[in-house]
Amino acid sequence: MSTATLTCPNERSDVKSVPLLQVNHVGIDYPTREGALTAVDDVSFALHASERLVLIGPSGSGKSTLLRAIGGFLAPTTGTILIDGTPITRPSPERMTVFQEFDQLLPWRTALGNVRYALERGRKLSREQAEQDARDWLTRVGLGRFLDAYPHTLSGGMKQRVAIARAFALQPRLLLMDEPFAALDALTRRQMQDELLALCEETGSTALFVTHGMDEAIVVGTRILALTAHPGRLAASFNVTADQRIRGSAAFAELERDIQRSVFDGSAAHA
Amino acid sequence: MRDVVSPRPRPRFSLQANASTLRRIVILAVLAAIWELYARWLDNSLLLPTLTATFGALARATLSGELPDRAVTSLRVLTTGYALAVAIAIVFTALAVMSRWGSDALGLLTSMFNPLPAIALLPVALLWFGIGVPSLLFVTVHSVLWPVALACHSGFLSVSPTLRMVGRNLGLSHGRFITEILMPAAFPHILSGLRIGWAFAWRTLIAAELVFGVSARSGGLGWFIYTNRAQLETDSVFAGLLTVILIGLAVEELVFKTISRATVERWGQHTS
Repeated sequence: MSTATLTCPNERSDVKSVPLLQVNHVGIDYPTREGALTAVDDVSFALHASERLVLIGPSGSGKSTLLRAIGGFLAPTTGTILIDGTPITRPSPERMTVFQEFDQLLPWRTALGNVRYALERGRKLSREQAEQDARDWLTRVGLGRFLDAYPHTLSGGMKQRVAIARAFALQPRLLLMDEPFAALDALTRRQMQDELLALCEETGSTALFVTHGMDEAIVVGTRILALTAHPGRLAASFNVTADQRIRGSAAFAELERDIQRSVFDGSAAHA
Repeated sequence: MRDVVSPRPRPRFSLQANASTLRRIVILAVLAAIWELYARWLDNSLLLPTLTATFGALARATLSGELPDRAVTSLRVLTTGYALAVAIAIVFTALAVMSRWGSDALGLLTSMFNPLPAIALLPVALLWFGIGVPSLLFVTVHSVLWPVALACHSGFLSVSPTLRMVGRNLGLSHGRFITEILMPAAFPHILSGLRIGWAFAWRTLIAAELVFGVSARSGGLGWFIYTNRAQLETDSVFAGLLTVILIGLAVEELVFKTISRATVERWGQHTS
């Protein structure tokens, strides 16, 4: 493992008081045939360096839409999204998204080629350096034997591992994860949640997850924001402690119940 | 690495592939035998020469240099027309990708001109360009342009939104986004368009040459077939037809299959 891959991407921001990400009264409307549909309504939150925030909600809560806006892929209708106090105007490798879809890998490049290309373009590394880093990261996610495999020969879980390796390799200031495990089988999903958590903790990454799995939210997040559906509004916020993160524990089950209640009963209990 | 499965490399020369090749050879041999026997039984070389006579004519015309000359003439016109059509198709596709107006214009033009057989344009071509290479080029370009432009355009439209977002996420410049994301992503469609375009061009060109031939000295394969028919050299007519088939097959097998194996099949994006 080269030392480069182990550096923490968030060392710079030691001033804890300035949030890395600020979402201020953001509303996002979608144009439809029947007029504008409000996907996200007046959502505000802040994310500090090294935090892992999870947006959880049922389908229709606009959580993916919000993530797209933070990614810079679409502009919010109202409100502002700031990174280090500067409004987001376009996508950037500083905010790397891992998507749910398996087709997020370039099919004409091998696993190694995919990560190397992202490093060459996103971090402007030399070919040799990019290749070295890509090799290290793929080995780290358990794909050391599949460097030269084309995406179509990989299983769904392996494709997502490549995408995760690519995102981490870019050392983004903020990792955006849009339900990356939603299309995987339950066993693979669980295992990848644990591995992702380990990677985040080792690198000290700041991450924003979107999911509709409560167990996933508790395992990977340090803080959870629950959203209601139609339109997406903040319903509740939970801090996750280390003992709550243990699967099968009483604390885990209790937190799961609380989240479920806030999402589905809409009983706003802002913590 | 618990959910890891071993990659599935497709064996290129598997038992099945060999069996398929064998079947094809057998079918071909049976067809050749039927031809030979029927022609001998018919015993009318004016209507149907035997296979051996056809091969004899093929060998004679090849050795005399006439047939290769004709083939080269046809191929020269063909590649010129093909290249011209692909270049125009690229411009049209670029316009279509850049604006709604361009997209609608291309859609309208393709739906208008795609069903129009190139041969039907020959009278117009003769009026505008006279007998000669320009007329041949005109109908060839027409036969290639629309299917290729259509395939390229639908290829670009079919690039997945996720892949587009990945490209934008990497902060690619406009040019790099097109050449490094959109074009390779659309390549399976582009390649099948080029393939269809090639087949159309070859057919159209031979047919056009048959109809008005150009001139005795610079005619192509179609002209070769036409003149031999006029002289009742039926075995040479068949030799000409065989050459048309062989060249068509050779380009498909050697050029397009090779490109396809090196790209879309390797990427698991086989469309046709």
